[in-house]
Amino acid sequence: MANSTIKTSSISSNQKKSIKAIGKIDKEQSNGVPSKRLEILKTYKIYIGGAFPRTESGRYYIAENSKGEKLANVCLGSRKDFREAVVAARSASGGWSGRAAFNRGQILYRIAEMLEGRKAQFIDELVKQDSSKQEAENEVGLSIDRLIYYAGWCDKFQQLNSTVNPVASSHFNFSVPEPTGVVSIIAPQDSSLLGLVSVIAPVIAGGNTCVVLASYSRPLCAVTFAEVLNSSDVPGGVVNILTGKISELASYFADHMDVNALIFCEHQPDIKKMMQEKGSLNLKRVVFYDKINWLTGDGQSPYLIMDTQEIKTTWHPIENIGGGKSGY
Amino acid sequence: MAVKTTVTPGLIFRQAGFNLSPRVDQVGIEERAARFTKRSIKKETKVNGLMLALNMIDLTTLEGKDSEGKVKQMCYKAMHLLDTYPGLPTVAAVCVYPSMVKTAKKALEGSGVKVASVATGFPSGQEPHSVKISDTKFAVQNGADEIDMVISRGKFLEGEYNFVFDEIASIKEACGEARLKVILETGELVTYDKVRRASDIAMYAGADFIKTSTGKVTPAATMPVTLVMLGAIRDFYFSTGKKIGMKPAGGISKSKLALHYLVMLNEILGEDWMNNHLFRFGASSLANDLLMQLMKEKTGVYQGKDYFSID
Repeated sequence: MANSTIKTSSISSNQKKSIKAIGKIDKEQSNGVPSKRLEILKTYKIYIGGAFPRTESGRYYIAENSKGEKLANVCLGSRKDFREAVVAARSASGGWSGRAAFNRGQILYRIAEMLEGRKAQFIDELVKQDSSKQEAENEVGLSIDRLIYYAGWCDKFQQLNSTVNPVASSHFNFSVPEPTGVVSIIAPQDSSLLGLVSVIAPVIAGGNTCVVLASYSRPLCAVTFAEVLNSSDVPGGVVNILTGKISELASYFADHMDVNALIFCEHQPDIKKMMQEKGSLNLKRVVFYDKINWLTGDGQSPYLIMDTQEIKTTWHPIENIGGGKSGY
Repeated sequence: MAVKTTVTPGLIFRQAGFNLSPRVDQVGIEERAARFTKRSIKKETKVNGLMLALNMIDLTTLEGKDSEGKVKQMCYKAMHLLDTYPGLPTVAAVCVYPSMVKTAKKALEGSGVKVASVATGFPSGQEPHSVKISDTKFAVQNGADEIDMVISRGKFLEGEYNFVFDEIASIKEACGEARLKVILETGELVTYDKVRRASDIAMYAGADFIKTSTGKVTPAATMPVTLVMLGAIRDFYFSTGKKIGMKPAGGISKSKLALHYLVMLNEILGEDWMNNHLFRFGASSLANDLLMQLMKEKTGVYQGKDYFSID
């Protein structure tokens, strides 16, 4: 009995309490719950097509914080993971872009709800990754609000960016934004959650699907955010999240012929130049967000949605219906 | 008066009550088939394999909605797989319904691409014998180089092996010069034992090729089923000296899978079978995937479907 517990010795003066305590501990042990248990750590895996596979390459790296504490073994994604992710994103593209804009808004709102529910976990992970408690709380709050912000824009940015164009023939001529397709994104590297959310939200709000490379040095929140996406009505393949090195993957993000747009958030002139060159192979939209401070109001805007939209114009033949021979 | 009959391997097989086919070890076959998928094929070998697979394709359209325009379009694709990639082979053949043979033959004139036609009441095979014969003759007269017939699965499952044997033999006769591919529709035969027996019956009755499926039934071609059939072809070759062709069809749409099949073919039957005279893929979307992989190997850039013609 003596070696079964630490507590018994400290309360041994009171016989009654002691007996009660021993009784309690015995009960716990008989339930199979040890008083001190080993914590089960999460395996940080990548997110492709709504599933959490390990990287095809079998490689991993150790994420550390600035104090040199080891945080997790993280998948070191390969070009083949990226290839699979693009296939998943492409096959999800038709369904996602075909949904009612309002429904996309509902789903983005749902992501925010789920994120709110797991706030504590994200704050905990951010603190592990060098944020102060207050910074972490602020970042998670901003991330949730950002999702709500774009949830609202889902069925509104189209009207504001559409035009009815005057033409010199009897046509009803109008231009509307449409999703560009599959977007590959290299997320801000200095931000674990807010940067990631800020680049994904406008892309999917606009009806695109995406493949995202998370921050190399701060990957924890990205993987946990994938779990949030997975439990919030986002169809598999709409968002695919990889972890790995920019230097290994950037060129594939830029030259894949089945990717329609590319977002890069770092200020690395040589990589930006490479992306513009390789992106021209299939005329990708190449977008750089290296000057945006995601913590401020600049980090959210309907114009960020428009960066991955393309304008389509329709000429619809009409009778001359206006009484005074007007065009419309 | 005693009738003098020539003793043929087919006759021996038949007189043994079709019982000479060995039983198939299901677990063993499936494990072995799975092992072929572990080979690593890279660089030039991969390119050669992809080219070979391309050259083995029977580009197929077998829809109720097939029109002359659709068939002409597919024949053009058969001859011009990707004009921006010089040195590509053509596919082996196009595979169409009998009513489209004439159109296909004309469109492919001088290209070396063969015309295969399904016949005998494809895909169910539930037609009277006379219809099956005239169906076959119609296709051959219109210029089909190859006939893909279906066996009567109902009769086969009832144990009417003589009926199935005779039917195949009579279609073979109706084919004349055209090569005969016999579709077993393995998805309806259920067990590997039956697949093996059907393969043997088809070969002894005169098939030039045995083929897994119509493509209208799931499961269509699988690696284990193909492995069983390749084993039957090998045994037939050892006992008769005749090389029979193999055509897995249906469900093979990715390059990687096609390469797995070639690995299996090479290991079971060897190099003699590694050409489109003795091996075919019945497929329609495989061609584009092979082209995308070939372009990837050539340019180093992952390809997108937008840049390859659909038909």
